[in-house]
Amino acid sequence: MADSKAAADPGAGRFARFGAWIDARFPMTKMWQEHAAAYYAPKNFNFWYYFGSLALFVLALQIVTGIFLTMSYKPSAEEAFGSVEYIMRDVEWGWLIRYLHSTGASAFFIVVYLHMFRALLYGSHRNPRELLWILGVLIYVALMAEAFFGYLLPWGNMSYWGAQVIVSLFGTFPLIGDALIEWIRGDYFMSDITLNRFFALHVVALPLVLIFLVVAHLLALHEVGSNNPDGIEIKKAKGPDGRPLDGIPFHPYYTVKDVFGLGVFLVLFAGVVFFAPELGGLFLEAPNFEPANPLLTPEHIAPVWYFTPYYAILRAVPAFLNTQVWGVLVLFAAVLLLFFVPWLDRAPVNSIRYRGPVYKTALMIFAADFIMLGYCGLKPAVAPFTMMSVIGTIVYFAFFLLMPWYTRIDRTRPEPARVTK
Amino acid sequence: MNALARLAAAAALAFTAAANAATAGWPLQDADTDVGNLASLQRGARNFVNYCLGCHSLQYMRYSQIAEDLALTEDQLRANLMFTGMRIYDPMLSALSAEQGRSWFGNAPPDLSLITRSRGPDYVFTFLGSFYEDPMRPAGVNNAVLPGTAMLHVLAPLQGLQRPRFETIAVEGGKEIQHLVGLEPGNLPGDLPEAAFDSFVRDTVAFLEYVAEPHRARREALGVWVILFLLMFTAFAWFLYKEYWKDVK
Repeated sequence: MADSKAAADPGAGRFARFGAWIDARFPMTKMWQEHAAAYYAPKNFNFWYYFGSLALFVLALQIVTGIFLTMSYKPSAEEAFGSVEYIMRDVEWGWLIRYLHSTGASAFFIVVYLHMFRALLYGSHRNPRELLWILGVLIYVALMAEAFFGYLLPWGNMSYWGAQVIVSLFGTFPLIGDALIEWIRGDYFMSDITLNRFFALHVVALPLVLIFLVVAHLLALHEVGSNNPDGIEIKKAKGPDGRPLDGIPFHPYYTVKDVFGLGVFLVLFAGVVFFAPELGGLFLEAPNFEPANPLLTPEHIAPVWYFTPYYAILRAVPAFLNTQVWGVLVLFAAVLLLFFVPWLDRAPVNSIRYRGPVYKTALMIFAADFIMLGYCGLKPAVAPFTMMSVIGTIVYFAFFLLMPWYTRIDRTRPEPARVTK
Repeated sequence: MNALARLAAAAALAFTAAANAATAGWPLQDADTDVGNLASLQRGARNFVNYCLGCHSLQYMRYSQIAEDLALTEDQLRANLMFTGMRIYDPMLSALSAEQGRSWFGNAPPDLSLITRSRGPDYVFTFLGSFYEDPMRPAGVNNAVLPGTAMLHVLAPLQGLQRPRFETIAVEGGKEIQHLVGLEPGNLPGDLPEAAFDSFVRDTVAFLEYVAEPHRARREALGVWVILFLLMFTAFAWFLYKEYWKDVK
C-alpha cells in the first residue's frame, strides 16, 4: 500500500511516515478504507437513507450532553429535582445542555422510527440482512430501556408515576410478580434506591450496551453491504476492477451528503431546543415540573410520546381470569414480533417499488395505525380511545401475523438488474 | 398483579376526580402576559415580594439573578425586593416554614418556582382572580378554580370580595345541587378597579413565568442566531454535496 511505501521512502512527509508507523501497529488506514473510503454504497440512496447517520449523531449528542449533565446532577430522591433546576438556572449553559438532552431523547426515537420504516419500505430486513435487522431491533429495545431509566431521573411527578406504572407491569406475572417488582425497585415503593440504580443503568450499563450494539450493527452492515431503494444487490454488477458499478465510496460521497442531511436535521432540532423545548407538553410534560410525590397521582398518567403506541396496546387488552398479565404479554409480543419480520416477509422482491398493491396498502395502514395507537396512548382510557386502541392493536398484529400470506399473494413486478435513478 | 390493580384503581380514581373537576370546571382566562416586557416583570417582582413571598418561596430563584435579568441595581434590589435580611445570592425563601404552613393553614403553601410550567400561566392568572365569599370555609373564602383551597384571599384589599352566583340544577335521583356559574362584585370593594386588578395579576403571573425559566429570553435570542448559522451551514453543505456528486452518473 501507499503508506508502507511511504515508510521506506525517506523523502515522504513526516505526517505520512507517522501514519505508516501507526499502520504497522494498528489497522488505522485499513479500517478507514474498509468502512469509509473503500466501502461501496449504492449510489441511489434517497431521503429515507439519512436517518442511520442521524441516529449515530444523536447517540453521540446524548452521550456528550449526558456526560455534562452528570457533572451537576444528583441521583438522590432528596436532591434530584432541585439539581435539575440548578442545571437549568445556575450552571453555565446548563439549560442548553439539558434541553439538548431532553429534545435529543425524542429526536432519537423520531429518527429510529423513520429508519425502521425505511427498512420496511425497501426490504432492508431481508436476506442477507436478517442479522443486521435483529441487531437494529435490539438497539431499539435497548433504547427503550435507556429512555425509560432516564425518564425517572428528573424525579418529577410524571417521572415517578410513569416509572411506577411500567415497573408494576412486572408485578402482573403470576407467583413471582410481587417479588420481581420488589427486586427491580429495591424497595417496597419507588424510592431513593430505585432512582440510584436507574441512574447507574442509564449512565453506564445501557450506554455500553447501546454502543456495543451500534458497532455490531455497523459491522454487520458493512459485511453485507447497504440495501437501496431498488432493493437489489449492487454486488451483482461489478466492473473489471471488482467494484460495484452502481456503488460509490461512502467517503466522500455519502459523508458530504449526510453532512447536508445533518444540517437540515439540526435546523429543525434547534427550532425545538430554542423555541419549544416542551413541544406543547410532548417532549417535557407539565406534571414533571412538580417534584415526585408518592401521595399525589397526576390527573392522567401517560408515558412520553415514543412509548404511547405500546402503552395503547397494553391498555387495549382486557383483564380476564382475574389477572392483567395478558396485556403485558401482548405488549411484549408486540415488540418481540419485530425480530421475526425477516422470516414473516415472503415476497419475491425487496423494495416497495416492485411490490404489489397489497403490501403497499398494508404498510400504509400499519404506519397510520402505529400513529393512531400513539395518539390513543396519550389520551385517557375512555371512549372512543379504548375502542380505537383495540382496533389498532388488532391491525398491528395482523400486519405482522398475516405478512407470510399477503406478501406471497401480492402481484409483484420484476426487479431491474441495475439500480434506477 | 395486586400492584397494577391498585394502580389502575388509583389512576381510575384520579381520572374520575379530573373528570368531575372538568364538569365543574371553571373556564380559564387568557393570562395574556408578556414575558419580554421588563417593566411588567419588575412590577410583578414587586407584587410578588409584597403579597406572595410571605408564604410562598421561590426556592430555585436567586435575588441576584433577578437583579441581573430585570435590570435592577443592587441598591434598587435591596430597597424594593429584599425585606428579609438575606444576601443577594440567596434564594427567595419565605419566612414561613412548611410546618407552620401545615399547622396554620392545613397545607404547606407550595413553592412557586415552577408553577407556571406545571399548571400554566392561565391557571395561575384565573386562580388569583377567582376567590369568592364562602362562610362555610375556615377563612371565609373559596376559589372557583381550586374549590376548597387552603389559600387565603391575599389580594382582597385590591380586588374586594366577590360574591358567587349559583344556579340550582337537578341531578339524577331527584336531588338538586348548587352549581357555581359566576362571580360578581360584592359589598366589600377593593382599592383597584377591575382592569387595574387584572393588570396587577398579569404582571405577577408574568414575573412567575420569568421565574419558572429565567433563561428563556436568552434562549430565544440565541436561538435566532443559531438557526441563521445552521441555515447558512446547510446551504454550504448543499453546494458541497452537489459539487462532489457532479461526477456520480
